[in-house]
Amino acid sequence: MTGPRYTPLRDRHEALGAAFTDFGGWMMPVRYSSDLAEHHAVRQAAGLFDISHMAEFDVEGADAAAFLDYALAGRVSAMAVGKAKYSLVLAESGGIVDDVIVYRLGEHRYLVIANAGNREAVARALTARVADYRGADTGRDVSVEDVSDAFALIAVQGPAARGILEALDDIADLDRPLSELPYYAAAQGRFRQWPLLVARTGYTGEDGFELLVPAEAAGDLWDALLSAGEPHGLVPAGLAARDTLRLEAGMPLYGHELSLDIVPAQAGLGRVVAADKEDFVGRTGLDTVDAGDAPVLVGLVGEGRRAGRAGYEVFDGDERVGEITSGALSPTLGHPIAMAFVAPAAAVPGTPLTIDVRGTRLPVTVAALPFYRRAH
Amino acid sequence: MADLTTLHYTAEHEWIAVDGDVATIGITDYAAQQLGDVVFVELPSPGSTVTAGQVCGEIESTKSVGELYAPASGEVVEVNEDVVADPSVVNTDAFGSGWLIKLRIDGASLGDTLDRAGYLALTGGDA
Repeated sequence: MTGPRYTPLRDRHEALGAAFTDFGGWMMPVRYSSDLAEHHAVRQAAGLFDISHMAEFDVEGADAAAFLDYALAGRVSAMAVGKAKYSLVLAESGGIVDDVIVYRLGEHRYLVIANAGNREAVARALTARVADYRGADTGRDVSVEDVSDAFALIAVQGPAARGILEALDDIADLDRPLSELPYYAAAQGRFRQWPLLVARTGYTGEDGFELLVPAEAAGDLWDALLSAGEPHGLVPAGLAARDTLRLEAGMPLYGHELSLDIVPAQAGLGRVVAADKEDFVGRTGLDTVDAGDAPVLVGLVGEGRRAGRAGYEVFDGDERVGEITSGALSPTLGHPIAMAFVAPAAAVPGTPLTIDVRGTRLPVTVAALPFYRRAH
Repeated sequence: MADLTTLHYTAEHEWIAVDGDVATIGITDYAAQQLGDVVFVELPSPGSTVTAGQVCGEIESTKSVGELYAPASGEVVEVNEDVVADPSVVNTDAFGSGWLIKLRIDGASLGDTLDRAGYLALTGGDA
C-alpha cells in the first residue's frame, strides 16, 4: 500500500481547518475546533462525522443469507429486510478478525460495514469463506464485492439528529419515514439524484444516523447537512470526540477492546455469537477455548482528573490483575473512566482496584458498562 | 502575551522567558494544539528543584499525555495555580496566562534553545 489515503471529504475538512491524524492508514480529521466542544455538541445537539474510511462489502445472491450465517458469528438469516445487526468476523481460533454491522437491504442482498484498518483482513476472510462455502457445489449462489471506494459514509449523531435530517429537503423517497425507523434499522431512498441508505446506527451512545451515498455525492451531502444542521447546533466532529463518546458509551474499538487474541465472551459479546447455528467459522475454536480463567472486559471509574490510558496496569492489592485498553477523563461525567481486561475474580462491579498511572497508584472501582446511557 | 520573538524555545515545544535569574516556562501554542483540549496538568512543587532535560510535569488532554521537560536546572519559585485549577487556559493563552512554572536559574544553565525562527522552522511554520 502507498501513502496515506484521504476520503472524498478531504477538501471540506481542510476548509474547516481540521487537524488530521493517521487512522488505519487514512488521514482523518482528529478535531476541527476543540475535542471537548465537539464531544459536548454531540451529547447536547448534534455532531457530523466523516466515517468514509470504513469499508463496505456487498454480499448478494440467493444463498447470501446462508453464506453469512456461515461466515459471521451471528444468525443474519433471521434478520428482516431493512434491519441492521452488530456482528463479528471470527477467526478459526475463535478470536475476533473484526466487528461489523450487517444490513439486510433485500431478500438476497446484504451490506457488511467493517473497520477501516481491517478492510483487507475482512476482504480476505470473506473471499476465502465464499470459496469454502461454495466448495464443489457450484449451484450455490453468492458473491462478495468490496465496494468501499465507491461509497462515502457520513454520521449525524446527537439528540437533534432526526430533526436535522427531517429538515433536509434533498432527502426523498424514503421507504420509511425517519420517525418510524427503529434503532438498528435502515431506510433506502434518494439524496438528490443519488441513492441513499439512512441507518439508525452510530458509535456515540446518542440517537443518530449513518448515511451511505456514492462517493461523488459526499461533498454535497456534507454541505447540505452542515447547513440544515446549523440552526440545530450541529458541528463537525473529529476522531478525538468520537473516541471519548464511544468510550463513555462502552463501545469496543478494534485493536483496543477487540483483537485476534480475544474471544467474544471475554469482551462481553457472547450474545453476538449464535452458537446454535449448524456451522460457522470460529465455532471449533470457541468450542476448544476454555474462557473460564481468561481476562474479561470491565469498566473502571476513578476520581479526580487523572486518567488511566491504554496499556496501564490494573492491580488488586499487590497483584497485577489486568490492563487498561482505553481510558480518558470523561467529558460528560467529569471523572476518569476506562475499559480494561481483568481476571474474572476482580471483575465484579463495585470491586475496588488500583491502576498504575506512570508510577502512581490511583484507586478505581469496577463498574458496569456503559458509563453513559442517554435519557430516552 | 509575551513578545514571541524574545522567547527561547525547545524542541520539546516549551517556551522560556528569561527575566534576570527567573525563567518562566510554558508550552507553545503548537504543542497545545497538538495535544487537544488540556484537562489536567501536574506541576512540580514550589521549592523543589528540577534538572535540565528531565521530566518535571505532565500535561494531559482528553486524547493523550504530554510531558513537561525542564529546559534548565533550578529551583521552582512559583507554579501557576490558575492553570492547575483550569487547564483549558493552556489552550486559550499558551504564551500568556497559560504559563506553567517559574524557575530560579543560573543564567548560564539555559542549554541549547531555539530562537523564534528556529522554532518555526521545526514546526513547519506553525507557532
